[in-house]
Amino acid sequence: MPKLKIEDLEKIREQVKRTTALREGSGFRAKVNVHMGTCGIAAGARTIMNAFIKELETRDVHDVLLTNSGCAGLCSQEPMVTIEIAGQAPVKYVNLTEKKAQEIFEKHVLGGTIVKEYALGIGSEKTDY
Amino acid sequence: MAEKAKDKTYRLHLMVCAGTGCVSNHSYEIKEALEKEIKKHGLENEVTVVPTGCNGFCERGPILVVQPGNIFYQQLAVKDVPHLVEEHFLKGRLVSKFMYTPPEEKKPVPVLNDIPFFKKQVLIALRNRGLIDPEKIDESIARDGYKALVKALTEMTPDKIITEITLSGLRGRGGAGFPTGLKWQLVRNAASSNGGGKYIVCNGDEGDPGAFMDRSILEADPHAVIEGMVIGAKAIGATAGFVYVRNEYPLAVQRLSIALDQARDYGLLGSDILGTGFDFDIQIKRGAGAFVCGEETALMASIEGRLGEPRPRPPYPAQSGLWGKPTCINNVETWANVPMIINRGAKWYAGIGTETSKGTKVFSLVGKINNTGLVEVPMGISLREIIYDIGGGIPGGKAFKAVQTGGPSGGCIPREKIDLPIDYESLTEAGSMMGSGGMVIMDQDTCMVDIARYFLSFTHEESCGKCTPCREGTKAMLDILTRITAGKGTEEDIGLLQDLALSIKDSALCGLGKTAPNPVLTTLRYFRDEYEAHIRTKKCPAHVCRQLNIYTINPETCVKVGRGCDVCRRNCASDAITGQKNEAHVIDRAKCIKCGVCFDVCNFGAVKVD
Ligand SMILES: Cc1cc2nc3c(=O)[nH]c(=O)nc-3n(C[C@H](O)[C@H](O)[C@H](O)COP(=O)(O)O)c2cc1C
Ligand code: FES
Repeated sequence: MPKLKIEDLEKIREQVKRTTALREGSGFRAKVNVHMGTCGIAAGARTIMNAFIKELETRDVHDVLLTNSGCAGLCSQEPMVTIEIAGQAPVKYVNLTEKKAQEIFEKHVLGGTIVKEYALGIGSEKTDY
Repeated sequence: MAEKAKDKTYRLHLMVCAGTGCVSNHSYEIKEALEKEIKKHGLENEVTVVPTGCNGFCERGPILVVQPGNIFYQQLAVKDVPHLVEEHFLKGRLVSKFMYTPPEEKKPVPVLNDIPFFKKQVLIALRNRGLIDPEKIDESIARDGYKALVKALTEMTPDKIITEITLSGLRGRGGAGFPTGLKWQLVRNAASSNGGGKYIVCNGDEGDPGAFMDRSILEADPHAVIEGMVIGAKAIGATAGFVYVRNEYPLAVQRLSIALDQARDYGLLGSDILGTGFDFDIQIKRGAGAFVCGEETALMASIEGRLGEPRPRPPYPAQSGLWGKPTCINNVETWANVPMIINRGAKWYAGIGTETSKGTKVFSLVGKINNTGLVEVPMGISLREIIYDIGGGIPGGKAFKAVQTGGPSGGCIPREKIDLPIDYESLTEAGSMMGSGGMVIMDQDTCMVDIARYFLSFTHEESCGKCTPCREGTKAMLDILTRITAGKGTEEDIGLLQDLALSIKDSALCGLGKTAPNPVLTTLRYFRDEYEAHIRTKKCPAHVCRQLNIYTINPETCVKVGRGCDVCRRNCASDAITGQKNEAHVIDRAKCIKCGVCFDVCNFGAVKVD
């Protein structure tokens, strides 16, 4: 192990902070909540979850909280996610595929524009955390 | 060292407590089970398991905190893991049956910060508790570890560092509360004889029974201590340092040595630290565990390989310490505060606490209290807040009687003083002391004379025997106390105790003897009536001193409620009870040896004690 210079220490700090910051639970700009009831999982919610993880990783995004919750009571339209941009009403998207998830991430989560054609309703209930 | 954790994104971090308490409650097995279940559900790319240091609520271990969200699970068993993983981590439903329900409340509290035990705590020395894996230096760095070191090495002169520590108002957390900045200044100013060189020592002996603040810091965040020591070394001009840890702390020693190796690898210790030309390294010394070895001169003798006995001061370690060189010795918790002061500034630190006691203090809360554990609170907080808000009150609805602070040589503070603000001066004024932060809560069933006897027997046992006042004086006091608790005390004994206590305080060689009489002096001051009851009426008001108890059986209760169940007679070791089933039982006082077994076994409350 080569000895660190001051700049190296800073680099390690910045890099590791990106993945550990979520432990401190603050500073999230947006929340992506994948519904993971039995119905959701059967309909492919796991693929959707993985698609979002991949987006976060490849785009190096660290201010978006990815979480999951139980069945949303609309089992026929799973897989489903709720996107909540801080300060805005949550938006539910239904009948998702990996491709749709990528599009929603890019346009809504990053770009701030709701993808109306996949959205179910706007302003429904908020999630727990 | 650059593990994949560095760039891998997980949506969930499962922070499993791996402090000594939780480890002994099988938290490593929980960790393994979690990893296995996570794999089973194919979640290994989404969810990671991170071992952390002690969360302070050891009584509720093993503990798991889920991030983000700060969801607090407790008392987990391996068999609970599959359900938890499937419900929460796969399906996103919180599992309330593994959550904590505070006493007096009906519903579990999911989020850690909402739990009363944690709510009033302010974390400075324990800033990384539950948030990092103590065996990964990178995680400490991500939480601003070694940031203060960079500042101290590149932007601050030694004088500036010392000024900052002085202005912060930081005082020693190991016992006497000596101002840390002033100590550093003394060591810096001291001329080093024969060939130069000064030393830094971290006191991790922690001999107070029941105390575990220093162990917890070393286990949960060793880098905080290392960083503090390097900054101190720069300030006073030391080139070598020692951490003295007691042998009974294997996990602390292990985590600390891993941390030292990692810091050395990164060039944060050793020669030319961070390329700034400053050299300093740290060694671990393991102590054999005698209480007196925590005293600074005894501790240094022990590091030098001599017998761990104290010597008279002056000269103070600041003038002549290890191998005769100026030495700066501070407690673990004191060192852990240093980086935060350098990072956030003296003004910020001095904004917390009271006029003369700044910052926070870590206490270990034990005894008759609902929430036992480790708590860090701002100086000036009241005893009431600690006992009732954080500690959750006294179990079984019993009355709070007293709290012993400052370890075995601290004092007992009575209920009337429950609104006392916790700071160095208030505690000393009340006859006790801050000490290293032990806090033993006592309820109505505690006999204060017996407590004084217990603590004195501890200090007497731990006296190194070098000076007469401590060796013989504590023995004489212990004899008197034993006599009183056996109902053989006389009127003169109280005055005798008082005289002995004061003369030992004045004449003992080291802090052990000087403080050993404190439990006696404070109980005499606040609970004199209990001494008098033992002496005059030969009664122990709390019924703890069994030799003074008189056991009788209420015939009516025995027959009407218990139907002369006969259990007491069958359990009596000295055949002192007569009676038959359905009849009233009687104790023969001449035969009774006052063991109290009949009282303990009677299910009907027929046996009375006076
Ligand atoms: C009998 C006795 C035992 C002590 N035990 C400890 C101990 O376990 N840990 C500790 O830090 N200081 C202990 N001290 C206090 C040390 O002598 C010393 O004052 C302290 O380590 C200085 O550090 P500080 O200024 O940071 O508190 C003890 C003192 C006495 C008299
Ligand atoms: S060891 Fe886990 S909470 Fe203390």
